[in-house]
Amino acid sequence: MKANYGYKDGSGEYFITIDTDKCNSCEECVKACPAGVLEMVPNDFDIEAEDMPAVTEKERWKIKYTCAPCKPVDREATPPCIEACKEDAIEHSW
Amino acid sequence: MGMKESEYWRWKEYNWKDEDADWKDFDIVTAGVDIGSVSSQAVIMGDNELFAYSNMRTGSDSPGSARKAMDWALKDTDMTLDDIRYVIGTGYGRVNVPFANKAITEIACHARGANWMYGPSIRTVLDMGGQDCKAIRCDERGKVTAFLMNDKCAAGTGRGMEVFADLLSVHIEDVGRLSFEIDEEPTPVSSTCVVFAKAEASQLLRQGWPKNKVIAAYSSAMAHRVFTLLERLGVEKEFAITGGIAKNEGVVKRIERELKIEALQTDYDTQIAGAVGGAVFGKTLVEKGKA
Amino acid sequence: MKVAGIDVGAKFVKVVIVDDGNLVSRSSRLMGFEQKESIEEAFKEALEKAGLKKEDLTHTTATGSGKTEVPFADDEFTEVSAAAKGAVNLIPSARTVIDVGAEEGRAMHTNAKGKVLDFVINERCAAGAGSFTEAMARALEIPLEEIGPLSLKSKKSIPMNAQCVVFAESEVVTLVHQKTPKEDIARAIHDAMASRIISMARRLSIEEDVALVGGLANNVGFVESLRRELNMDVKIPEEPEYVPAYGAALAAASRAGGGS
Repeated sequence: MKANYGYKDGSGEYFITIDTDKCNSCEECVKACPAGVLEMVPNDFDIEAEDMPAVTEKERWKIKYTCAPCKPVDREATPPCIEACKEDAIEHSW
Repeated sequence: MGMKESEYWRWKEYNWKDEDADWKDFDIVTAGVDIGSVSSQAVIMGDNELFAYSNMRTGSDSPGSARKAMDWALKDTDMTLDDIRYVIGTGYGRVNVPFANKAITEIACHARGANWMYGPSIRTVLDMGGQDCKAIRCDERGKVTAFLMNDKCAAGTGRGMEVFADLLSVHIEDVGRLSFEIDEEPTPVSSTCVVFAKAEASQLLRQGWPKNKVIAAYSSAMAHRVFTLLERLGVEKEFAITGGIAKNEGVVKRIERELKIEALQTDYDTQIAGAVGGAVFGKTLVEKGKA
Repeated sequence: MKVAGIDVGAKFVKVVIVDDGNLVSRSSRLMGFEQKESIEEAFKEALEKAGLKKEDLTHTTATGSGKTEVPFADDEFTEVSAAAKGAVNLIPSARTVIDVGAEEGRAMHTNAKGKVLDFVINERCAAGAGSFTEAMARALEIPLEEIGPLSLKSKKSIPMNAQCVVFAESEVVTLVHQKTPKEDIARAIHDAMASRIISMARRLSIEEDVALVGGLANNVGFVESLRRELNMDVKIPEEPEYVPAYGAALAAASRAGGGS
């Protein structure tokens, strides 16, 4: 499942996509995020499955701002959550 | 309830019951209670058949709204809460349903409910509520394969349409019809943001645009915005629209036009999808012995 | 040499006239329904205050979201460059310039000459600019100019969750119904706004000094929240809302060959 957390507003589209089919529930992304944007939650979509990472409810409305420091404009940089994921299960839309 | 009628969707609170069914004939009775930010529904099902439900406005506290919705669903039945084997809470207030056995996110419940309401061919569900907009893709069993939810921004939600209805002094339920009473489809309002779109609309009115033309310009802007969200997710047939905005033809028809897909229709109230999904989940859990 | 800078913003048009590097007059007008009329009126007033005629001006440069709407301008200058040039000229130590107007917020990293190295813009969402505080003042039922001083009285930080003007209005109304003191709500409004602007600016390397320009710089509550959230001093030039127009005038002077 591709879980898209975030929003679209007048200024653009800001989604963090977590592919739960690729995710191995290792929690490395949760540990890597300096702003506490991610957390492990029970997988309501598949009762048999392990916990999955998700963007916290508190941050879902402001990731454009919270994630900004990990997206410097003057150099190329991969956000730490994406860097930490060995399974390439995390994407940012912006 | 102290709130001005014009502030909310002006639909009537109501309940429904299957007059031909006797709940004592059912093996497993389950319920789903969906507490949204604007409306709340309680759905009671017997062996996955719809038995009774209610559709109410959400009050200031979730537990009270949940109790009220359940009381209304039970009202014309000879059943009590104790006769229900398993209750799932869902929606924004799902963890505050005092009598629920388990809470499940509204995305999962919506897909399951749409699968029940529209049949297993449903692949894409767009739910447009009072304060959010969700796009969900699911498989033939109603299991979610991808989802996207937007509840940060009022554009593309019922609240955004309400702001316009207020600005134009038009009843919310007339907006859809009026948006088609125009000579030709105008250019959509260019701002996405409701605040800026409202300023744009005021400007158009001062330029002499008739109300209906302004409504049409906003309805198509709203439809386009929702279309771009759906595009991010990818749309596969069959497709359906649920939630309060599903009752607004002006937006629905324009979304269909952009997608070049007609939305499936249902005789059920489109606002009960989440609660239906909850009740269906409840039965599965009972059968799997997880309840 | 006499030149003019015109900043056509979403809410106000501002005109600045500069003579050999000295500011000689300024004027502003609320943008009315007839945009061109408002622009003409502000321009005429600035000329009158300076005791000048149109023909006395060597060069006129326009900036702001409506910069293409000025029929008598010789050329245009981007908003980002105008704000940075004006700010660094007035506050030479500034290396980060934050400009928050009615409908847009921006942050620029500049060099000592006021040249923009990197910038970020917040646009087309009312939650990222002055429209937000304006709508919140309405929800609080207080005049806009009172919301800043009111929030300075607050001793308590409370969170504001909504990130959309429309939803934030409902949140403020709920807070008022819950008898939350208005000064605490005012502070929450400015804290939320400052946090959005600063997070955006953190995409740049925030180099001191930080200067704040644009209409929101007149809001003492917002400035206080910005300082607290940044944990740095924030320098504000006099009449900060004129800084982009001043920057445009400086550009006009250098384009006309008078140096900067």
